Amino acid sequence: MEALVANNVTKRYTNHVALDHVSLSIPEHTIFGLLGPNGAGKTTFIRIINQIINADDGDIIIFGEKLQEKHIGTIGYLPEERGLYKKLKVGDQLIYLARLKGLSKHDATEKSKAWMRKFEITDWWNKKVEDLSKGMAQKVQFISTVMHEPRLIILDEPFSGFDPVNAQLITQEILELKQKGCTIIFSTHRMETVEDLCDHIALIDKSKKILEGSKKQIKETYRTNTYTVEHKGEIHSSSSNYELLSQKNLEDSFYQSVIRMKNNDNPNQLIRALTEVTEVHSFIEKIPSMSEIFITLVKGGSRE
Amino acid sequence: MNKIWLIIQREFLNRVQKKSFLIATILLPLIFPALMAILVYVAIEQKKNATKDVVHYLDESKKFVPDTAKYIFRKFDGSLEEAKKTFQKDQSYGLLYIPDFDLAHPRGITLYTKVNPSPNEIGDLEGILENRVRELKMTKFNIKQEVLDSIKTDIAIQTINISEEGDEQTSDSKVLFGIGMACGIMMYIFIFIYGAQIMQGVIEEKTSKVVEVIVSSVKPFQLMMGKIMGLASVGLLQFLIWIILITTLSSVVLGYFGLDMPQQQMMNEMSQQYPEAQMQNPDTMELLNMIGAIPFGYLIFNFLFYFLGGYLLYGALFAAVGSAVDSPAEAQQFMFPITIPMLISYFGLFTFILDDPHGPISVWLSIIPFTSPIAMMGRIGFGVPVWQLILSMLCLIGGFIFTTWVAARIYRVGILMHGTKINYKVMAKWFMMKG
Repeated sequence: MEALVANNVTKRYTNHVALDHVSLSIPEHTIFGLLGPNGAGKTTFIRIINQIINADDGDIIIFGEKLQEKHIGTIGYLPEERGLYKKLKVGDQLIYLARLKGLSKHDATEKSKAWMRKFEITDWWNKKVEDLSKGMAQKVQFISTVMHEPRLIILDEPFSGFDPVNAQLITQEILELKQKGCTIIFSTHRMETVEDLCDHIALIDKSKKILEGSKKQIKETYRTNTYTVEHKGEIHSSSSNYELLSQKNLEDSFYQSVIRMKNNDNPNQLIRALTEVTEVHSFIEKIPSMSEIFITLVKGGSRE
Repeated sequence: MNKIWLIIQREFLNRVQKKSFLIATILLPLIFPALMAILVYVAIEQKKNATKDVVHYLDESKKFVPDTAKYIFRKFDGSLEEAKKTFQKDQSYGLLYIPDFDLAHPRGITLYTKVNPSPNEIGDLEGILENRVRELKMTKFNIKQEVLDSIKTDIAIQTINISEEGDEQTSDSKVLFGIGMACGIMMYIFIFIYGAQIMQGVIEEKTSKVVEVIVSSVKPFQLMMGKIMGLASVGLLQFLIWIILITTLSSVVLGYFGLDMPQQQMMNEMSQQYPEAQMQNPDTMELLNMIGAIPFGYLIFNFLFYFLGGYLLYGALFAAVGSAVDSPAEAQQFMFPITIPMLISYFGLFTFILDDPHGPISVWLSIIPFTSPIAMMGRIGFGVPVWQLILSMLCLIGGFIFTTWVAARIYRVGILMHGTKINYKVMAKWFMMKG
């Protein structure tokens, strides 16, 4: 089943269109990367899912049902701009936020305590948030996002503000949540996160979705048929089978070249062609990183 | 609804659990009477212990007879120049120079002092001189003192309101004036304090960014209403504590000072202690009676109703302003238009509402919802016709529903906007914006 399906979601403001007929489908039990440059409409989309604002057009289906008020408890949301009540004690804060999501007082208390034990921060229970460091507050906020056991978790730039140790901790938590059956939407600019964690991605630019699919699929689509080859003996020119994009001397007669395959050949054919002119030592397909795809698409778009 | 209740609880606990709430709630009703008691005590002591000032007088008219109730008068013989010289050297308060004057046109009477005299002191001296001149005139016109004494009468009109049902109710306009003024001022202060707290709370939520998490769980309208109602319940609790504290305290204090004594006994005691007081002041007793006759229940009910109504009406507007701005400093410019109707009714209270509580402007101000909480409190003691009260209450309810609706539309957009430059046009745009 799809965790979330958006059909032609559109949001217009007086001077601009924030989302222009965006359709997405987010499979269940996946980590879904929602990518896009600043101001592309990611936050608007996330706010619509959270029912903070309403879409002008289109609809959203969540776990097979039309999005409505009762789904508030199904969603956990960590906004990019983090914030907690500064004067409120950590324990009271967690209980309050969980109860707003629909938990009973008893459950809220139990869950808060359990999560604080898990994160080994039980002695913060009676501390006010203003007395915590930024990283500590982030942990509390992460707990508040997931403690009501939402099936869909939306994390907007989840790693900003975390030191590497805590970022690792949160990453583990996220993977664990996925194991437990949660669906996670990641909104981020950090491509290494996307590369490591996301199964599916969608790219939004200038209010429009310009790319969607599984990571593998997308990489497949954007493969450029280029290969990095290390070889002994210089390759002198391109041939009918391949195009020599660059070549640099490593040491002695060892070279590293970037070669693009021509005419829908398969890699074996390329190797065969290459072995005729040089001694191949390594042969790796140059797979585009998410970052490269992102930049190509966004820049390509802006040239229009 | 359940979630509004949660927010109300949270807001309520947040404020009530603070030490400052406890201190303010318990100390305020103690501080005011204590301050008043201290002031009264000091004033009495000062009067008791005050040494009379010495005033030298140089009387060329030979008409002045010193009245020694408030000053010690020392006669000085000689010329004005000599008198001035002597006066400069000694410790006396003033030098009163009375030239020879015509009874019909007393001119040229001069007071020399080393410091600027207060209007009271001048008034006292003028009184003494005026009395003397009157006496002289009476002698001149052959009016005997007894005749004059019998002319002098002190009348205290007893005012009784007859309601349509024929119930008679004694009233005293001075007491009513005081009640109106006190209630009106209190209303103004409370609406302001609590309104400002709402605004501050909204700004805090917005700047700490917690609001985005909250509105992903509840509707902005629920958050706003929860906040407003949570604070209202804090206000009500505070009033309740005050009412209890003040009633217990005042009965204890009054009991201690013997004001609770049977009236007959009190009258006796008073006439023994201050024989002249009873003669001069037949309305002192009436005042005490009047205070006993004030319908406190009615006053408190109306005060609470108008406080709640006015608070909800302005609270919503304050919330809208808080949602639109990023800092309290930025809020100032939008506060001003909101406070104009409050200021109008507040100043109206002193200028015409209390003087003419049944005049058309007073009546209309007490019916228009933006001014009615303060204006009605000013009028309430004087007796407000039931139809006006009901109309005013209905308008107030309608008024806060309206402002809440307007405010909610601005609020839902405003709380999510950061760093936008705000003006009324922008706010109007937010107001018009769809969901």
